[in-house]
Amino acid sequence: MLTAIDKKLLFEIADLNEIPQGAFNLRKNGEGSGRHTTSNIDIITKKDKPGIDVIIKAGTKGESVYIPVIVSEGIEDIVYNTFEIGENSDVLIVAGCGIHNSSDKKAQHDGIHEFFVRKGAKMKYIEKHYGEGEGSGERVLNPKTIIEVEENGVVELEMAQIRGIDNTIRDTEVNLHKNAQLIVVERLLTYLDQTAESNTTVNLLGEDASAQIISRTVAQNESKQVFHFRLLGHAKCRGHIQCDSIIMDKAQVSSIPEISAFNSDAQLIHEAAIGKIESEQLTKLMSLGMTETEAEETILKGFLK
Amino acid sequence: MLEVKNLGLTLKGDEGEIQVLKDMNFKLEDKKIYVMTGPNGGGKSALSKAIMGIYQSTSGQILLNGEDITNKTIYERARMGIGYAFQQPARFKGIKVRELLEIASDKNKVPEMCDLLYDVGLCAQDYLEREINTSFSGGEVKRIEIATILARDLKLAIFDEPEAGIDLWSMQRLTETFVKMNEKYNTTILIISHQERILNLADEVIMVADGTVSEITTREKVLGEIRQIDSDCRCRQSCNKGGKAIADCDR
Ligand SMILES: Nc1ncnc2c1ncn2[C@@H]1O[C@H](COP(=O)(O)OP(=O)(O)OP(=O)(O)O)[C@@H](O)[C@H]1O
Ligand SMILES: [Mg+2]
Repeated sequence: MLTAIDKKLLFEIADLNEIPQGAFNLRKNGEGSGRHTTSNIDIITKKDKPGIDVIIKAGTKGESVYIPVIVSEGIEDIVYNTFEIGENSDVLIVAGCGIHNSSDKKAQHDGIHEFFVRKGAKMKYIEKHYGEGEGSGERVLNPKTIIEVEENGVVELEMAQIRGIDNTIRDTEVNLHKNAQLIVVERLLTYLDQTAESNTTVNLLGEDASAQIISRTVAQNESKQVFHFRLLGHAKCRGHIQCDSIIMDKAQVSSIPEISAFNSDAQLIHEAAIGKIESEQLTKLMSLGMTETEAEETILKGFLK
Repeated sequence: MLEVKNLGLTLKGDEGEIQVLKDMNFKLEDKKIYVMTGPNGGGKSALSKAIMGIYQSTSGQILLNGEDITNKTIYERARMGIGYAFQQPARFKGIKVRELLEIASDKNKVPEMCDLLYDVGLCAQDYLEREINTSFSGGEVKRIEIATILARDLKLAIFDEPEAGIDLWSMQRLTETFVKMNEKYNTTILIISHQERILNLADEVIMVADGTVSEITTREKVLGEIRQIDSDCRCRQSCNKGGKAIADCDR
């Protein structure tokens, strides 16, 4: 049974008010806590280590898989999940992790996700991270995502960390083969003394592979953010990184790009900006009747949407 | 309705303090349309921002319907019924046209927003759900900026060069919109403009130069003077009159 806290966490990380239709696997405090499969999507518990294999049959269209993780006590959990996205399928995968820590012990979840997106398959992957709880114990999330995208595959990643995670190290590595396409949209907010590190490496291996990475972050109070973005062009390919950070108070943000081309037909662009909220935006909203705080909140909410 | 008394404004520039406005005096009456004009850099935008509270005046007073608003914040003045359409509007990553219009006035539902956008020459269908980011053209952000002021129930609406970037085809509708706002909602309107078409709307014309009001006059007089001048360079005018061109040149 889901407690009220579980339900709140599920809503925050996956917009779920109830157990969804279709394939579903809930992990709670380090253990499986509910599973559905469908005729096209199988979920199997790994035998050699904690985690699951999600197997999506070739040609599966319009189905979704929800695999939320909730942690509601001070434990350290590590999980290895593998996804096989069959040829020419088109699916939505909603992951995400919510921590409610009311203890004084650390609550940590490390998720290692490996994806094989087969020829012509399309996958949208949404991962939201959220923390809450009155305890003094730290809330830590360290996701590692490795994705292999075969010929003509399309992958869209939406990653967001909105509130309450004290500490995160996020590693993402994607290999794009011939004509494969990647879109990454990352949203991150840190405040108090939180720290966040995000390392993204995209290998453009096949001809006409393309990658677009959009990162928008806000650092408040004394929080610290460090980003490494690497785009490596090994073929005729196109890549574009766009990162934008709003820095406030006494926060620190480092954005460290690398674009490397190993082929003269690679076309790679990196754009990065760090700055305060533009004062023109604040004065405009205030001249429409908002207080400074309201204006600031509206701008940040839009920016991180 | 609005009274500006001995207003002064000093701003910090790159090379120290600059006196931008000095000893400004004028009154605006209820329900009239005023056009403010004068040379570039004369202080028109700075004055508007001082009225809106974006720049805090360094001396003098601003009264709205007899109440001293000199020390009020931007949003207090906004809530008292003053609105300002920026000469250079802000763009917002992540805020849609619909959302900005909702911020401007919570009375606006989608049908009203369609009318507002129509009044500034935009088709709501194409614009309501778009973010006001760098993908908009200069004229488009300008029109949306004007719409955010039309959306509000204002005592005093200030438009800073509303015609800038607006194409000829839309100008007619825009001038009609100003007249409608003035007649229907009894809003006092102050338009900063260099355009004859806008000057034609004026009940009175306020000339601002060198950070002060140089003259309050009629549109007929200003239009007459403009027609006499064949060049806007005062240096050349002086030359034509046989004056000392270079020494007199104030540019
Ligand atoms: N924030 C500022 N800091 C320093 N100087 C400023 C600032 N804003 C305006 N000024 C200066 O004040 C003077 C008046 O500027 P303002 O923008 O009010 O002119 P304007 O009459 O609106 O001109 P235009 O017709 O070109 O729009 C100019 O010399 C300008 O350089
Ligand atoms: Mg100006």
